[in-house]
Amino acid sequence: MPELPSGPRVLEGNVAMAWGATLCRPDIIGAFPITPATSALEQLYSLSAQGILDADLIGVEGENSMLGSVMGASAAGARTFTATSSMGLAFAYDAYLAASGSRLPIVMALAMREQPMPMVLAAGTSDALQVKDGGWIQIYVESCQEILDSIIMAYRLAEDPEILLPINICYLGFYLSYLSQRVEVPPQKEVDDFLAPLQKFERMKLCLEKPMTFPSEVAPADEILMEYRYKHCAAMQRSKEKLDQIDKEFEKAFGRSYGGQIEEYRMEDAEIALVTMESTTGTAREAIDIVRDKGFKVGLVKVRMFRPFPRERLAEALKGKKAIGAFDRHVCFGWGCGHLFLELKTLMAEMKTYVPLLGFVAGTGGADITPDHFARAINLVDSAAHGKPYKEVTWLALE
Amino acid sequence: MTIKYRTEFETSWATPENMLILETGDWRFQRPVVKIGKCCQCGWCFIFCPTDCIEEKETCFTANLDYCKGCGICAQVCPRNAIMMVREER
Repeated sequence: MPELPSGPRVLEGNVAMAWGATLCRPDIIGAFPITPATSALEQLYSLSAQGILDADLIGVEGENSMLGSVMGASAAGARTFTATSSMGLAFAYDAYLAASGSRLPIVMALAMREQPMPMVLAAGTSDALQVKDGGWIQIYVESCQEILDSIIMAYRLAEDPEILLPINICYLGFYLSYLSQRVEVPPQKEVDDFLAPLQKFERMKLCLEKPMTFPSEVAPADEILMEYRYKHCAAMQRSKEKLDQIDKEFEKAFGRSYGGQIEEYRMEDAEIALVTMESTTGTAREAIDIVRDKGFKVGLVKVRMFRPFPRERLAEALKGKKAIGAFDRHVCFGWGCGHLFLELKTLMAEMKTYVPLLGFVAGTGGADITPDHFARAINLVDSAAHGKPYKEVTWLALE
Repeated sequence: MTIKYRTEFETSWATPENMLILETGDWRFQRPVVKIGKCCQCGWCFIFCPTDCIEEKETCFTANLDYCKGCGICAQVCPRNAIMMVREER
């Protein structure tokens, strides 16, 4: 059987996603096109036609049945993959909740796109963040390489018998989905070896040898549902350390590491910290390098795992900083700020010391977040760190 | 405080025996009655019954009324019209 060419390649984000999935040898893929994830599905069909991908691609009539079909396959013990975006995710919402409640280790890539209306074909993290409490593990990634690597790590995490949870690999649509970058494609053999520990695990599945009922009925007001939710939450908490472990193993096998739950940049001697997610981080790194030369001691934390929230590691990383700035590419309407800002505000109680926390809403609807935006934000965070009055939430492009 | 679990499963998996506690016969408002002489024991009702409650007897197939929901599918598919749905009376 032909295999994917390994070594350095120039790949688009969507292609990196399709190649990452192909390397993990899924059995069933639910496929329904939606911008900006469409070219990933085209790539999967193409790999299937070339005989490189040995998976059944189920062409369905919508995202709801797309997720439904991979749920069925996953319950029967198959390794499954799927991808969607924006209103496609919204259309699959009930299946999304059912998949996590069923504890099925589905891996779904999300090419994040702004939620309509007004109708936008542009990047934004609002689609993934609106379902953040749907019980899935959500990992936000920054580069094409990280998409490919994270999908391989995601299977190790999802199918672990202590976890058994569905995972979203979220990357920014348009900016990353159509961006060509250098991607180191690992040899198929190495990926097989990395995923080999999963083969010895048995998970519950629908089969004729040992017939089981699933999902079985829960009687109204029965505490058994509470028990399932408790176990779900416990598995979520376990997944945090597990991801750190898997990241270390991944580094040993492939030589690349993303820090697990969070990734830090120039944080050792930093006095103020920026917190970002997804590919906004790339610009932030550049901006920090520039302002560091001017004497600002700024560091950066990239939140990779947003659900479950990496509270322990974030609290550790942000300890002793004089002020914190959070960047959000979406809006939480009820509070008029971003979700990351809100989560960090909750984290403040954990950190015991209250320091100024500034939220920045930027880049919604695919608008650019430029180094200038970051320079302004760093200025504001710095002046707040020096005790000057500050505004909690700043909409960068509007002021 | 330790948590006491009632089930070994992480989510709503159950052995099929657990489902037998649901006596779905309570839901029925009509019951299938088999005309013994007419039944040719072809087994179509057995194949089509969604609750899997049809049992084979010596001379005919009959429904287990503990579980039969009275849907009437067996009467519809019977090629000899040997099954009649009769309203339940209390």
